[in-house]
Amino acid sequence: MRVTISVEVNGTKHEREVETRTLLVHFLREDLGLTGTHVGCETSLCGACTIHMDGLAVKSCTQLAVQADGAKITTIEGLADNGNLHPMQQAFWDEHGLQCGYCTPGMIMAATKLVEDNPQATEREIREGLKGNLCRCTGYHNIVKAVAAAAKAGAPS
Amino acid sequence: MSVLGTSIKRREDPALITGKGKFTDDFSVPGMLHAVMVRSPHGHAKVNNIDSSAAAQAQGVVAVFTATELEATGIPGVIPTVWLLPGIKTPAHTLFATDRVRYVGHPVAVVVAETIHAAHDAAILVEVDYEPLPAVVDPKAAVADGAPQIWDEAPNNIAFDWELGDKDATDVAFAAAATTATLELRNNRILPHAIEPRAALAQWDAENGKLTLTMTSQNPHVHRLLMTIASLGLPEHKIRVIAPEVGGGFGSKIHHYADEAITAWCAMQTRRPVKWTATRSETNMTDAHGRDHWSTAGIAIDADGKIVGLRIDTHAAMGAYISTFAPAVPTWLYGTLFSGQYDIPAIHVHVLATFTNTAPVDAVRGSGRPEAAYAVERLMDAGAAAAGLDPVEFRRRNFIQPDAFPYQTQVALAYDSGNYLPALEKALAAADYDALRADQAKRLADSSGNAKLLGIGLSSYIEACGIAPSAVVGSLGAQAGLWESAKVRVHPSGSVTVYTGSCAHGQGHATTFSQIVSDRLGIDVDQIDVIHGDTEEVQFGMGTYGSRSAAVGGSAIVKSLDKVIAKGKKIAAHLLEAAVDDIEFEDSEFKVKGSPGQSKAWGDVVLAAYLAHNLPEDVEPGLEETSFYDPANFTYPFGTHIAVVEIDRETGEIELLRYVAVDDCGNQINPMIVEGQVHGGIAHGLGQALWEEAVYDESGQLLSGTLLDYALPRAHQLVSFELDHTVTPCPHNPLGVKGIGEAGAIAAPAAVANAVSDALISVGAEPIDMPFTPEKIWRALQEGGT
Ligand code: FES
Ligand code: FES
Repeated sequence: MRVTISVEVNGTKHEREVETRTLLVHFLREDLGLTGTHVGCETSLCGACTIHMDGLAVKSCTQLAVQADGAKITTIEGLADNGNLHPMQQAFWDEHGLQCGYCTPGMIMAATKLVEDNPQATEREIREGLKGNLCRCTGYHNIVKAVAAAAKAGAPS
Repeated sequence: MSVLGTSIKRREDPALITGKGKFTDDFSVPGMLHAVMVRSPHGHAKVNNIDSSAAAQAQGVVAVFTATELEATGIPGVIPTVWLLPGIKTPAHTLFATDRVRYVGHPVAVVVAETIHAAHDAAILVEVDYEPLPAVVDPKAAVADGAPQIWDEAPNNIAFDWELGDKDATDVAFAAAATTATLELRNNRILPHAIEPRAALAQWDAENGKLTLTMTSQNPHVHRLLMTIASLGLPEHKIRVIAPEVGGGFGSKIHHYADEAITAWCAMQTRRPVKWTATRSETNMTDAHGRDHWSTAGIAIDADGKIVGLRIDTHAAMGAYISTFAPAVPTWLYGTLFSGQYDIPAIHVHVLATFTNTAPVDAVRGSGRPEAAYAVERLMDAGAAAAGLDPVEFRRRNFIQPDAFPYQTQVALAYDSGNYLPALEKALAAADYDALRADQAKRLADSSGNAKLLGIGLSSYIEACGIAPSAVVGSLGAQAGLWESAKVRVHPSGSVTVYTGSCAHGQGHATTFSQIVSDRLGIDVDQIDVIHGDTEEVQFGMGTYGSRSAAVGGSAIVKSLDKVIAKGKKIAAHLLEAAVDDIEFEDSEFKVKGSPGQSKAWGDVVLAAYLAHNLPEDVEPGLEETSFYDPANFTYPFGTHIAVVEIDRETGEIELLRYVAVDDCGNQINPMIVEGQVHGGIAHGLGQALWEEAVYDESGQLLSGTLLDYALPRAHQLVSFELDHTVTPCPHNPLGVKGIGEAGAIAAPAAVANAVSDALISVGAEPIDMPFTPEKIWRALQEGGT
């Protein structure tokens, strides 16, 4: 069955017909061509597909596209502001928080929300907050450093 | 100032942090079809019949293919083994299973459809009549008489029987030793788990007979060659393999698998582009797995606490087929490392490699070396205990001394350089070893009995990277050379493009290689581009694995740069009317020695090369040089890692408190990237030690094939690692570099194992094996703990 949904993604409104079983991540990747959101598993356990939906960090493989009807979504492609990197993107670059970069979009989307919710997050809290996102390359060491650095950069001095 | 040795930021990152990096599955082309494999659900079964008629008629399905259709096209259709050993059995590994399936995951059919949904829906309509057979998954059980036979040509399932070292001398050493220790060791099977699953997009240009295959590859030229000689049979120049961004490999994307070749063949049959992307569980059941050893290991020590002999007997599982480079892993990448960092006069290694009804085992981060380091370093602790020495003192007494290099081991390798004590001392100081021991003793003395146990474990590992030279690896069975290529193209305006045969998938080569070029030519890194991963653009290259890219790939670049500079000197000498021998190249200028002011800038010489208006007679126009660098020897990184764990005596719960790593990879091109490699490797090793295990049941079902049941390390389970290094340059390559990509994965399992053993032994319990789950620890404490 196909239904029409309308979603706002990275500030642009889209109206599309989708098969009801289409996962949100596949809608973003295949229908909208936003391939920055990745797929790493089919059990909702890797976090590579993390996006922001209506103010929450969401694993877009756990949602059907139809569930996003009427939602406001930000993907990694929409995080930078007019070509200015988001402080979290900048921090991942500065702190070598990525290697192959496959987990990175999901990691950055999860981390931005984490810091937004808890700007003073400790190392322990950052680690707990990122436990839904897997990385096989970095051992998380520099990811944690990057998130802490971004939190610090965003903190009112 | 040179950028060599500085932590410049990675040029790879801007695309990757903004979602613009393109991985294989990110590519879609008009008219593209989707392939879904129908895979064996049985570990071992006869295939009586495959009925694909219902699937073929399903909506959106373009074709369903099995071995029958594939064979009819007359392509060779096999996955080759390209490392051979005397007496090895290499039964034909066909792309599709035919009359028998031997592991869960082997494709029996493929559905090609207009959409991925249609392909998935139809795949379950393919009816395969299987007749299950008894299976064997344990390499020890596989050799027993009466065990299920996987291949008729391999009695007792033995794939090969291999040994290294001097058995008689080792037996004599054990007989004469003052004390000996023996361990039964399990090296658990692990799944590689690159976060990007394998994928391929095949485009067939029928008019020109040309295939373009975009795929998850660590070595596109090797994949292309193997497709030419073994799977597809297309001429090599009619295949273009492109590895775009690759989301981690850890070995799993070295090997040739059925899926990518089947996808390519489907594109040829349907004359439409075809994409195949593995799900996590598919990649887990078909990527070559790592480790899976059972061993008995012994160490013999004299009255002075010196090691006099070491021996090991290993059962290694190979899986149902011998994967691409698999024979090298439990042999030349394993047995050769048994001298560790120690002066050991007699060593014997015996490996019995067997077929099992499991996915093939091949190289996974470290490949043989983690298994060796695990055994050697566990033996070092067991030996220390037997000799009544502290593990630190026992290591100190047995290190190969700095003046003993080059050091010929008893297991073939000749270490070119090393200085082991400083790394150990640095690690001990960083960890504050004495304070840790005091804390441990205090906890043990706590009369309430509630204090958590502290375990301290050392791992003084050695590794061998950049395996070479080609003639030597050839004599050991490699059907390939292990050199690397580099082309340096200087453009008329002086900027440079490097074409490297290395193939990064997270290692940051574009950054580090540009640092090498910038250092040698004195031009800014912004003037340098690095191209890799496309067989159409880059000359044949061997790819990235085995921590070889800096040492071999980087050296190839240096060799080409030297040729560029030599040609530049000739041109400069001509322009300056000086002798070539009097020209020196420094700070981007060709200067006449001893004549200040007499010089030509880099840009002027480059332009002169391209204008060709005024060149010396024997000099051709242009400035572009290619090299194929074949190293003189392996490189031998080393270091000492220390793990500190805390164990709850009530529950068996274990927590990693600290992890200290001191590594020596020689000179560092970019310390930030070196540290990143160490972090990732440590996490890989900690994963194997603490959580990860690929478990097959007796029928050959992979029980831990998804992230629900396979415990990949997560951020909250790890700590920030404490890193330091020493620098002992490699003497035989021009950069003095050795390789660092696998060090952590090699060192960490033994460090954690020794820490756990340390804690268990401190209360009278017996050591146990990886992964160190709370349940295992709890049982050990119940059975033996006081
Ligand atoms: S793709 Fe793995 S959690 Fe969504
Ligand atoms: S950077 Fe490769 S998986 Fe995280």
